[in-house]
Amino acid sequence: MEPELGSLLSDMLITMTDRGPDSAGIAVYGSSDPDRSKIVVQSFTPDADFGALEEALGGDCVLNVKDSHAVIELPESELEQTRGLIETDFSSIRIISAGSVIEIYKEVGLPKDVVKRFDIASMHGTHGIGHTRMATESAVTTLGAHPFSTALDQCLVHNGSLSNHNKLRRELVREGMTFETENDSEVAAAYLTSRMAHGMNLAEALESGLQALDGFYTFVVGTRSGFGVLRDPIACKPAVLAETDRYVAFGSEYRALAVLPGIDGAKVWEPEPATVYFWER
Amino acid sequence: MHSIDLAVTPLRELNQSLHGSSEAAEWEIVNPKGSHAVAVGVDDALDIHVRGNVGYYCGGMNKQGSITIHGSAGPGVGENMMSGRIVVKGDASQYAGATGCGGLLVIEGNASSRCGISMKGIDIVVGGNIGHMSAFMAQAGNLVVLGDAGDALGDSIYEAQLFVRGSVKSLGADCVRKDLRPEHIELLTGLLEQAGMTGVRPDEFSRYGSARQLYNFDVDNFDAY
Repeated sequence: MEPELGSLLSDMLITMTDRGPDSAGIAVYGSSDPDRSKIVVQSFTPDADFGALEEALGGDCVLNVKDSHAVIELPESELEQTRGLIETDFSSIRIISAGSVIEIYKEVGLPKDVVKRFDIASMHGTHGIGHTRMATESAVTTLGAHPFSTALDQCLVHNGSLSNHNKLRRELVREGMTFETENDSEVAAAYLTSRMAHGMNLAEALESGLQALDGFYTFVVGTRSGFGVLRDPIACKPAVLAETDRYVAFGSEYRALAVLPGIDGAKVWEPEPATVYFWER
Repeated sequence: MHSIDLAVTPLRELNQSLHGSSEAAEWEIVNPKGSHAVAVGVDDALDIHVRGNVGYYCGGMNKQGSITIHGSAGPGVGENMMSGRIVVKGDASQYAGATGCGGLLVIEGNASSRCGISMKGIDIVVGGNIGHMSAFMAQAGNLVVLGDAGDALGDSIYEAQLFVRGSVKSLGADCVRKDLRPEHIELLTGLLEQAGMTGVRPDEFSRYGSARQLYNFDVDNFDAY
């Protein structure tokens, strides 16, 4: 199924358009070259910015423009240095994802238009996450779209609304973290990043989120080797899983899963509240 | 027998046909693929079979109709049903039978959280387990569960009766266990038979209901008002 990943994810996401047509995003975990990494960047003036960035990059780096985003492939040893270069010298370019396999693309607009702009349907990969947004807590902007990067090869998508995100954001800013938006989900992502920077693994960070994050949430987190799910203790926000011998799939509702091959024979079930789940390849 | 294929017929056309038809009593609906609001607002003694899984609010507001879902149901199956019968052969998602005023809802598999929330006279029979916060603020009717119940069963319950055969993870505020008397055995016998649940004895169930401490005025709580 790996060659069909982008196409299946696109279909699932387009099916969910009526849950939230503001913005859409997708994280694809693609193939990995040993010792190579990827940075996906975004700009509102890609024509001017990406040319200048390409000139500033080292000779071992390859930059491919995809609409408002660009993928930089580079030696793993140059990843941190290049991130630093972008952050200090290119204030109009934002890093959307970084890691050895992850690529995140996100934009405002309908899922069908967003997946077309980035040609998601042609992408191969081992796993991926799509999200379509109906903004409730903050503006409809490219950077307010999901997924949010939480660490190398990690990302978060959120359905729900957090009620203590302003307080948490202030605490995280005091720790030195920076934010691009007023978005509550970005705070959840930054919270996970912060906990992991303090030595927790992702599962422990999610567990501690059950105490720290007040509000409604179904989270899906992507990792290099799989994905995880966490619902808040009230679990109003929907979540459905389908498991077969060939794949594990998550959706906000069954309609999204109905497009998958062999779904009629799948084990379909709902995750329990306040329980951290992970699936590893 | 009318047959409607939701892969080609728009949902609104299906529901309008169901609302306008009293001459065609039997309906088969195929390819629902998780569609929302399948067969809502039925107001005739129709016999409807849905082949596959449905999304939100299937059979909502049902009056008189007999709706069988040969698959699983999304959130709010049979929400606010008034009479008739809905059978889910698979599992049901959140708030099955919410605010239901009458009729019988049978879920042969498991039901998720908030099953029977604010039920107002509906009878619900679940073959498997139910999730947390089920029968929250339940006012009238009967909820029968052959398996186990999750956390906070019957929180802030009024006068509905809850019968659970397995374990109850925890009871909600003002919900207590009560004696299973002969009239309850009789009631359960009837409900199990109507729901087609065999191999289960009514005396295997425990009964839960309101302690009536929360919704009656108590002068000691006067300062709280």
